[in-house]
Amino acid sequence: MSLLSKKNMGFVKDPLMDNNPIATQVLGICSALAVTVQMQTAIVMSIAVIVVVSFSNVLISLIRNKVPSNIRIIVELAIVATLVILVDQVLKAFLYDISKQLSVFVGLIITNCIILGRAEAFALQNKPWPSFLDGVGNGLGYSMFLIAVAFGREILGSGSLLGFQLIPDAAYAAGYQNMGLMVLAPGAFILLGLLIWVQRTITGTVAD
Amino acid sequence: MASKPRITKAYTLGFAAAITMVCSILLASAATLLKERQDKNIQLDIKYNILTVLGLVESEDHTPEHLFKIYDDKVKSFVVDLKGELVEGRKAEGVDPRKDPELLPVYTRQENGRVVAYCFPTQGKALWSTVKGYIALEEDLNTVKGITFYSHGETPGLGGEIDKEWFTSSFKGKTIRNSAGEIVSVEVVKGKIRDGTKDIEHKVDGISGATLTGNGLNEFIKTTLEKYEPYFTIVRGGSS
Repeated sequence: MSLLSKKNMGFVKDPLMDNNPIATQVLGICSALAVTVQMQTAIVMSIAVIVVVSFSNVLISLIRNKVPSNIRIIVELAIVATLVILVDQVLKAFLYDISKQLSVFVGLIITNCIILGRAEAFALQNKPWPSFLDGVGNGLGYSMFLIAVAFGREILGSGSLLGFQLIPDAAYAAGYQNMGLMVLAPGAFILLGLLIWVQRTITGTVAD
Repeated sequence: MASKPRITKAYTLGFAAAITMVCSILLASAATLLKERQDKNIQLDIKYNILTVLGLVESEDHTPEHLFKIYDDKVKSFVVDLKGELVEGRKAEGVDPRKDPELLPVYTRQENGRVVAYCFPTQGKALWSTVKGYIALEEDLNTVKGITFYSHGETPGLGGEIDKEWFTSSFKGKTIRNSAGEIVSVEVVKGKIRDGTKDIEHKVDGISGATLTGNGLNEFIKTTLEKYEPYFTIVRGGSS
């Protein structure tokens, strides 16, 4: 079986649209609300989650036949937590400013249901390579929504993108105001709801 | 699933122990390897903030080596106690306000052997979080030279705006004493200040939607300045 066969690529593509962890399974909402005020934090958070979910999937898949099933959740959590702390340490050492902004939310990746969810639902039953792809796919699916929400919130709430002012000063002088709602959590809820609507219209998903 | 090992209690315990060992060794080595770099980042961040309020650097396009050099050349720091007297044997950089509430670090900007500005750490509760920052005064110990908030957990876009330049720069040139010489600090008002606002030299624009954050700042900045007042008195008396 080739490494990038159609079946394997399906593991990456499926969570992007049809089975998106945020839009379809509505997992990982907490962090989706918390780190999406600005694009920059959303992008770093996305990368961190992709790294953690893909490697935790691989590691858990590697030991899937050895884990005693009565302590498997604890083992999964230990692996996820180790990876998250590693990511946090690396951020503190190399991207100090961003790690200050993400603060507690890097640590909270541990409780991101997407990661434990994929470990339980996929990595425990599949070989390491498909598990890795599944992790990357789910990470990307999560990132897509995170970045889309952050895009809307930063431009509407702060008038900028990635920190660059986009709305000209002239507009503010003429009475334009940033939307205060967008920098607060409800703004993320509203945008996320709209995005999920769009996504479900495209995929035709109907909740049971 | 393929050949599952026979699960005995001993196997489960052994497995748990092995996983714990591997994880802790990994984390301990990562923490040790990266510690030096992380500490350097923290130091750099603190020094960058002190240099900014003292007016020694303008923008962030400085290499870390450059920042450390300016700091070593121009900044002289020491520790005073609540009576304003010099405490020997303590480094300003090593004072933790939670452990040593009695010790007050002072950072001074030196030009040709003379102090031209003073910088003091200030921190306290705002709406959601402990805000940490530095406030710098000109050599008259009355005019604000600069202020910066480097650590806070206020709402981004509302109270979080306190770390933005438009807000911090509005403190520049304000004075902390009234005509009688008493400390009145600088007050973040609710709304905007206008021409004709009473005591405008002690007031700055508030942030709409973040009045409570502003109130927090008002309180702890004033407290900080009052703690340093004995030291100010000594300096102004000319004995330092």
